[in-house]
Amino acid sequence: MRHLIDIMDLSVEEIDSLIETANDIIADPQLYREKCRYKKLATLFFEPSTRTRLSFEAAMLDLGGSVLGFSEAQSSSASKGESVSDTIRTVSCYADIIAMRHPKEGAPLAASYKSRVPVINAGDGGHNHPTQTLTDLLTIKRELGRLNGFTIGFCGDLKFGRTVHSLISALSRYENIKIVLISPDELKIPGYVRHEILEKNNIEYTECFDMTDVMPILDILYMTRVQRERFFNEDDYLRLRDSYILTPDKLKNASSQLKILHPLPRVNEISTAVDDDPRACYFNQVENGKFIRMALILKLLSEV
Amino acid sequence: MTIDSIKNGIVLDHIRAGQSMELYRILGLGDLDCSVAIIKNVQSKKMGRKDIIKIDAQIDLDLDVLGYVDPGITVNLIKNGNRVEKRHVELPKFVRGVIRCKNPRCITSTEQDIEHVFRLTDRNDRIYRCIYCESKAKQQ
Repeated sequence: MRHLIDIMDLSVEEIDSLIETANDIIADPQLYREKCRYKKLATLFFEPSTRTRLSFEAAMLDLGGSVLGFSEAQSSSASKGESVSDTIRTVSCYADIIAMRHPKEGAPLAASYKSRVPVINAGDGGHNHPTQTLTDLLTIKRELGRLNGFTIGFCGDLKFGRTVHSLISALSRYENIKIVLISPDELKIPGYVRHEILEKNNIEYTECFDMTDVMPILDILYMTRVQRERFFNEDDYLRLRDSYILTPDKLKNASSQLKILHPLPRVNEISTAVDDDPRACYFNQVENGKFIRMALILKLLSEV
Repeated sequence: MTIDSIKNGIVLDHIRAGQSMELYRILGLGDLDCSVAIIKNVQSKKMGRKDIIKIDAQIDLDLDVLGYVDPGITVNLIKNGNRVEKRHVELPKFVRGVIRCKNPRCITSTEQDIEHVFRLTDRNDRIYRCIYCESKAKQQ
C-alpha cells in the first residue's frame, strides 16, 4: 500500500506517469467516469481549505466514487480531544482512501502509520503539500511542453512558502533547471533548502530583490503571497509590499512566452489586470489540480 | 587509579572526553543491577583524552544510540576476562526515542503516543532531522 506524504515519495518516472494519466483524463474524461465506482474518499480537513478540499472531492466524484469527511476540526472528534491516530484508525474502516490536511507538521505521516488505506497529504502546516507540487508540475508540462531546460523565478515569500520548497525539491531531479529566487531579505529561502537541495544537487541559482531585473530571462514566474504577519514591523511590510506585486507594467520586459503560476489563494500580489494576459496560467493551474488528483487517486487505489 | 577488570561484560572505549555521563543517561545504565564504572579523562595516544565505560554484565546495547552519540566509540565484548569481539559503531540512519523534537508546530508536540524518530540527512555534517517535520536535531 502506498501513501503520498512528500513529493519525494514519488520517483520521476511515477510523476511522469501521473502527468500522462492526467493528460489522458483531460483529453477524454468520459473514459474515467466509472473508474472509482463504489469507492469512497474521506477528506479529513482539520483546517479550512477551498481549492484543495473541493478539488479532491471533485476528482473523486468525476471518477464515479463518493466522498465523506469534515472540513474543519471543530466538526470532528478532534474537538473532543481525539488523537490523529485514533481518528485515522476509525476513518480507515469507512473509506478506501484518505486526503488529510492538518495544521501540525508531520500529521499525515503519523496518520499513514496507523491507516489501513492510502493517505494523501493535503497540506501539513507550513511543511509539505505534495499534490500542489504535482499540480504545478502538470501545469508546467502542459504550458511549457517540458519539465527540463527552463529558468523559473520564485517570487515573494520564499522563507515560509511550502509550495516553493516542495517544487524546488521536485525540480532538483530534472535536468538543466535554473532557479531565480526573488524576495526581500526577510523572506529569503531557508538555509537548508539552499544547502541541502540547491547546492547538493548542483542546481544553478541566483538571488535578487527586484523581479523587473530578471523578468527577461524567465520562462516561468512562480508568484507567492507576501504576508503582513511575516514582517517584524509594519514599515518594512509597506516598503516592500509593492515590489512583489505583479502588474502589467512589470511584465513589459518579460518574454511573450512567459508562464505565470501562483498556487492561490491570491490576495493582491498579482494585479487582476494581469488575469487576462495570455501568459497568466494560474487559473489553468487550479483546474489542473483536479485532474492530477484524479490520476493520483487512481494510482494509489490500484496499488492497495 | 585502578579499576578492576571485568570478567564478562562490555567495555565502551574511545568515548569523546566528557560524553560518558550523557551516554550513561541515554543508555539507561543507571537502571542496571551490575557494576558500572565510568572513567573520565583517560590519557589516549589517539584522542588526547577519552572516557571509558565498563559494564560488568552482558547486556543488549542499542548500537544505534551509541553511534548517534559518538560514532568513534568502540564496543569490546569481554568473556572470561578476554576480549572476544571488538565492534566499531557508525552513525545510524535512524535514531528512535532518544532525541525529542522541539518544534512546537510538529505533530509530536501534541500527540503523546508518537515515538520521536530522527533520520540522518547529511552524514558529513552529522545532521539528523525529525521524520515528521524535518526540524534539525541539536548536534551532540
